[in-house]
Amino acid sequence: MNQESSLWSDAWRRLLANKAAVAGGIILLVLIFLAIFAPWIAPHSYSYQNLELGAQPPSSKFLLGTDTLGRDLFSRILYGARVSLLVGFVATSVALVIGVSWGIVAGYFGGRIDSVMMRIVDVLYGLPFIIFIILLMVIFGRNIWLLFGAIGAVEWLTMARIVRGQVLTIKTQEYVLAAQAMGVSNIQMFRKHIYPNILGPIAVYATLTIPQVMLLEAFLSFLGLGIQPPMSSWGTLIRYGVESMEEYSWLLIYPGLTFTLTLFALNFFGDGLRDALDPKISSD
Amino acid sequence: MLQVILKRIAIAIPVILIVASLTFFLVRMAPGGPFDAEKVVPPQVMKNLNAVYNLDAPLIIQYRDYMLNLVQGDFGPSFRYPGRSVTEMIFTGLPVTFELAFYAIIVAMIIGSLAGVIAAVKRNTLLDYVPMTIAMIGICMPTFLLGPLLVLYFGIYLEALPVSGWSSLPGDKILPSITLGAAYAAYIARLSRGGMLETLSQDYIRTARAKGLPEYQVIIKHALQGGLVPVVSFLGPAVAGLIGGSFVVETIFQIPGLGRFYVEAAFNRDYTMILGTTIFFSTLIIFFNLLSDIAVLLMNPRARSQM
Repeated sequence: MNQESSLWSDAWRRLLANKAAVAGGIILLVLIFLAIFAPWIAPHSYSYQNLELGAQPPSSKFLLGTDTLGRDLFSRILYGARVSLLVGFVATSVALVIGVSWGIVAGYFGGRIDSVMMRIVDVLYGLPFIIFIILLMVIFGRNIWLLFGAIGAVEWLTMARIVRGQVLTIKTQEYVLAAQAMGVSNIQMFRKHIYPNILGPIAVYATLTIPQVMLLEAFLSFLGLGIQPPMSSWGTLIRYGVESMEEYSWLLIYPGLTFTLTLFALNFFGDGLRDALDPKISSD
Repeated sequence: MLQVILKRIAIAIPVILIVASLTFFLVRMAPGGPFDAEKVVPPQVMKNLNAVYNLDAPLIIQYRDYMLNLVQGDFGPSFRYPGRSVTEMIFTGLPVTFELAFYAIIVAMIIGSLAGVIAAVKRNTLLDYVPMTIAMIGICMPTFLLGPLLVLYFGIYLEALPVSGWSSLPGDKILPSITLGAAYAAYIARLSRGGMLETLSQDYIRTARAKGLPEYQVIIKHALQGGLVPVVSFLGPAVAGLIGGSFVVETIFQIPGLGRFYVEAAFNRDYTMILGTTIFFSTLIIFFNLLSDIAVLLMNPRARSQM
């Protein structure tokens, strides 16, 4: 117990020493806060259309201007953050559940089960998932929960590989073999020895999966196949921004900036977390 | 060696067939027939339409016919554009998409590996930090944002380059190629830097230096081969990303390529077109993964025993 906590406090100290990671973490916290409290923070309604007003450049009344339907862009970006971050977290959780269980089963039982399961992962790696997601969205309608599921279902492969590798390493450690010899049950073994050891890599990889998932959602929304109106994510905002960028460039630039900044923050934070939890693997 | 390659091919073929079957049944599960969106047609016309498109046969017969045609390279007729076959549409769009992807890869390879190699050789100097920071931005900036921003700046603000079309105005290929290639340039820069750093610390590099070879020869003759292995193994999976990227780039720049056809088919619910292109793209990606695996095998003798 003692050693375990010192591992985490070591990691915490290393994380705090990494300026880029700390900056990324702070940006993320601010974003999550803004997203959760968007209804109280947003200065205007995100959906109220004021056609007479139309697109206004940024001013003191409309911080980031308004879109062609007279809606406040700042409020829309805040509400977009809710959808984009929600997709990021939910779809990553889906990927996490599938990938971690897959990896644990393959790594823990080993042998033939392992080789079959990992062969499946290898084969799936080579498939064009982006096309399958589009296919699913076309066939089953553009449903946000389906989107979560579909994105999560394609992002679990790397997680399964990482967890399996980790489990394999732990399994061959002497203390685990000793525990096995003493007749510790599978469940006990998992809780006491495996789970604490794979937590680090899982945390790291989950953080790095979130930006990929958000990118995928934005990509689909940009093509018009993701989030549907009246809901809006950053991807849909960028889509509308592109449509009217010739006259109203702020409609593209501010949502784009927010999105890129978020991806930046997530990547830096994830890299920092990786360096902190596993100093052996460097960032490149 | 040959055996390993043959084994990989032996795995790829059933995978392609499974993907094709899966896609076929998925598309058939789609609610509603392909002609439902149209205005109501008399039952007799509907019947004839179904007969023409082989929709009146039992599903398993349809499946058999489709697969038999598929093996012969026939993807069937398009639902949306009567009289045009899916195969014909694929081969109209494909050369354009290939050309675009080719330029993008060239842009990515040249800029990316140059930046990565220089960054590795000049480690921890400005020549390392600046390109690597730009690479990080390149990875975080999605294609569908970079493209419009380039259009905004070079096309609309500077009025220096055309912002849409393909082969219709001089220079109209520049912006799409850069847009599609940028993210890959960034990845390649990071990969080649990592690969070069590792290779440069190997014993044989020390030997090469010790025997008095000038540094540039050490790098070009000895280090590059090992250092660029990660880049080559990235190129296969990159093709999958390039296809996704081509959807975006072809949509933004209004390029009549396969990616745009696919997105349009997805919008129009042109099921046979979606089915055909999905199978086509999958085969393409599996094929390129195979190619890059073989290339890695040829470049790195140590990987042979692991495969």
